[in-house]
Amino acid sequence: MNLRRARDAAIIPALSIVLALVFGSLIMIFSSPLILGLDLTLPLLAYKALVEGAFGSFGAVVSTIVNASPLILAGLAVGVAFKAGLFNIGAQGQFLTGGLAAAAVGVWLAHAPGPVAIPLALVAAILVGSVYGAIPGFLKAYTGAHEVVTTIMLNYIALYIVAYVVTGPLRAVGATFARTPDVGNATLPILVGANGHLGILFAFVAVPLAWWLLYRSTIGFEIRTVGAGPDAARYAGMHPRLLIVVTMAFCGGLAGLAGSGEILGLTGFMPAGYSTNVGFDGITVALLGQAHPIGIMFAGLLLGAMRAGAPLMQIEAGVPSQMVDVLQGAILFFLTAEVLVRYLFRIRAKSAKVAELQTVASSYGGQATPAP
Amino acid sequence: MSQAASSPAASKPAALEMRGVTKRFPGVVANDHIDLDVRRGEIHALLGENGAGKTTLMNILYGLVTPDEGEILLGGKTVTIASPADAISQGISMVHQHFMLVPVLTVAENILLGEEPMANAVIMDRKAAHTRIRELGRFFGTEIDPDLRVASLSVGWQQRVEILKALYRNADILVLDEPTAVLTPQETKEIFTVLRRLTAEGTSIIFISHKLYEVLEIADRITVIRRGKVVGSRIPSETDEDDLAELMVGREVQLTVDRGESHPAAVTLSVSGLTVSDDRGHEVVHGLDFEVKAGEVFGIAGVAGNGQDELVEALAGLRRPASGTVQLAGRSITGASPRRLHNLRVGFVPADRHRYGLVLVFPLTDNSVLTSYYRAPYSRGLVRDADAILRHAEQVINDFDVRTPSPLVHASTLSGGNQQKLIVGREFFGDLRLLVLDQPTRGLDVGSIEFIHRQVIAKRDAGTAVLLISAELDEVLELSDRIGVMYRGRLVAVMDGRSATREEVGLLMATGGREGPPPIIAEGAA
Repeated sequence: MNLRRARDAAIIPALSIVLALVFGSLIMIFSSPLILGLDLTLPLLAYKALVEGAFGSFGAVVSTIVNASPLILAGLAVGVAFKAGLFNIGAQGQFLTGGLAAAAVGVWLAHAPGPVAIPLALVAAILVGSVYGAIPGFLKAYTGAHEVVTTIMLNYIALYIVAYVVTGPLRAVGATFARTPDVGNATLPILVGANGHLGILFAFVAVPLAWWLLYRSTIGFEIRTVGAGPDAARYAGMHPRLLIVVTMAFCGGLAGLAGSGEILGLTGFMPAGYSTNVGFDGITVALLGQAHPIGIMFAGLLLGAMRAGAPLMQIEAGVPSQMVDVLQGAILFFLTAEVLVRYLFRIRAKSAKVAELQTVASSYGGQATPAP
Repeated sequence: MSQAASSPAASKPAALEMRGVTKRFPGVVANDHIDLDVRRGEIHALLGENGAGKTTLMNILYGLVTPDEGEILLGGKTVTIASPADAISQGISMVHQHFMLVPVLTVAENILLGEEPMANAVIMDRKAAHTRIRELGRFFGTEIDPDLRVASLSVGWQQRVEILKALYRNADILVLDEPTAVLTPQETKEIFTVLRRLTAEGTSIIFISHKLYEVLEIADRITVIRRGKVVGSRIPSETDEDDLAELMVGREVQLTVDRGESHPAAVTLSVSGLTVSDDRGHEVVHGLDFEVKAGEVFGIAGVAGNGQDELVEALAGLRRPASGTVQLAGRSITGASPRRLHNLRVGFVPADRHRYGLVLVFPLTDNSVLTSYYRAPYSRGLVRDADAILRHAEQVINDFDVRTPSPLVHASTLSGGNQQKLIVGREFFGDLRLLVLDQPTRGLDVGSIEFIHRQVIAKRDAGTAVLLISAELDEVLELSDRIGVMYRGRLVAVMDGRSATREEVGLLMATGGREGPPPIIAEGAA
């Protein structure tokens, strides 16, 4: 029963990946220098290098996991919110503010012992991310302001908060570009390989935790009920408003934790122009994983593998590493164009399959709701 | 159809014949070689439970569904009906259960929509249209002003506008899908007069209903469908309600619940001066006073939209009353939350089972504990106990006869009747002080209604106070020990449930007890 359900859930994501690879092949073939004629083998070469770069050696696998873990956390930050009928586009802002908090505490405690500095920096990241997630949750629950709008705005605010803090109060003296000082002893220890830092464990702890929360705990039942039937939740004596705030805080905490892993584990400081899209990529991961924690883990690993394999693809096949962005975009396109995928592969639609996105459209606060 | 031979309409020529009409949907035969003939000037009732195949058959006739087999003859000639436009041009019109009117447009504009008579290429011939609409009004006994806004009309008159729309398009065959569902007995009577005038002029009417006594009153012939097949054909003079119900359900049905005397005890629910406002802040329940005693059913009858929804929401903790008090066994529960009410052993069956009563994408297990999920044994602290929930679901499914392949399927896969039985099973569970039932059997099949009604009486006899709110007058009459009639936010009468008659209550529902005919214009709308 469960296996069949998993297969049913995985079929559209799997086909979307296949279609995206085909689409990517076409781009590669038609963008190669035409003087040499169309090189039909180029995609094979490129994908082979991509796989090799992601899984070809122990170091490659570690690199895949290092890339995947923040994506998994951000994916959960979006996916758990989906379950409550919320579209958390703000994972990026929660990721940035969480990372900044980790950097600030890390810099402050750079010379304190690691076992003191690291937990405090992590807790700061989770707390700040939670608060940053709770803000749009609160606005949604008590004023009806739609979270898609508010989280997008908060993403910009986060960007400029980081820019201000890093170029102002926290700027490292004597650095050639605007950045914070090093986090020193708050740096996460390396567990495996060249850069397999402690932070990669967070993702693999968060996945079962999120699963347990959603499907085994009482509050998870409330969260899912608010998402799937906001009026039924009220009738059942739940508190949809409170649950929306709590869910958004939980999701913000996950995204904040992802940010801390990147800062404390990889860069060791926060640069002013910190340009990653982990929070936004979390949306793709959540959709590809069908908003289920296990699915999100696999989706995160896939996207992480593409990121890890991209450099080798560029070296061996001469295909720019940005091709993985094209692939990722194509995956997202086919996922959301589910009707098209079903048509291409003649798959009969099973109703209530894309329930998450539908519930987002009709979720609590979508209409003015009377007291209490 | 030997019985039909004695019908007075039998001599008339056939207006419509459907022969061997078959439609298969994946996994189900919706129509299995259905034969139906409707004569000129006949009212032909189509009777069947929800899901029996009536709607599919009518959708085939109206060009919305293409049949797999069979043919349709109009006036003896085989025709193809590929679309509703096709159907209309061949003289077939349909009045849907849910009105297809644009409220902000006038009567004339609604009727003309899509069929505008043109004086020339650009200008509409408004005058000719109005003349014809007034002229068609003769069927209704009174003229109707084509310039009235539809939103301002009472429900009964909106129904008439729907029929006018069909007449304007020169319908020879008129399909009426549950036309009386929203009408009071008085309005129903008036519509029946209209239908008789129409048939006298040669229009044929297919009348779909599940109210047996209405069918017996209005139809010339009755065809009963069960599970996609015609299971019998009757004329009213040679049958009765029990016979029809048995044909429809396929077994003997008890239409009336065996209920003994009630034994009312102490006052359980006491409402005084309760005033409630709607979403827009308009006061729609004005200072209501009533009591419900333990061991009695207090039924509130009323046309939908007279403040019942807001009253129920206020009692169920979903809406804060503007003023007044509600007491449960002497303790104030004014504005109490749904959780507190549940803890005080108040059960509540909401009217909208898809929006409130169930989470359709959840399995039956989760739905069976929707209002009790937070308590032991279903939840221990933070952790849910899946085994306890499953056991509970199995018990509800078993005790309340919910037909399902497994307790793990989604609630959306159940039929309406089984969904409602699941909700009723959940809310009736355990020892209750008060039960609030809001339209507990709306849209259900006869078998499910019979079952739920028996359970209500069982709860009453176990000493629970039952408050029943229903727009279905028959249900209120059937179950209530005392009946209150709600009209424009007030209880205009409270009477004994056994001596009250349908006519008496119906008149109060329609007029609130004032003299004169029911108004054309809806109250407060103009």
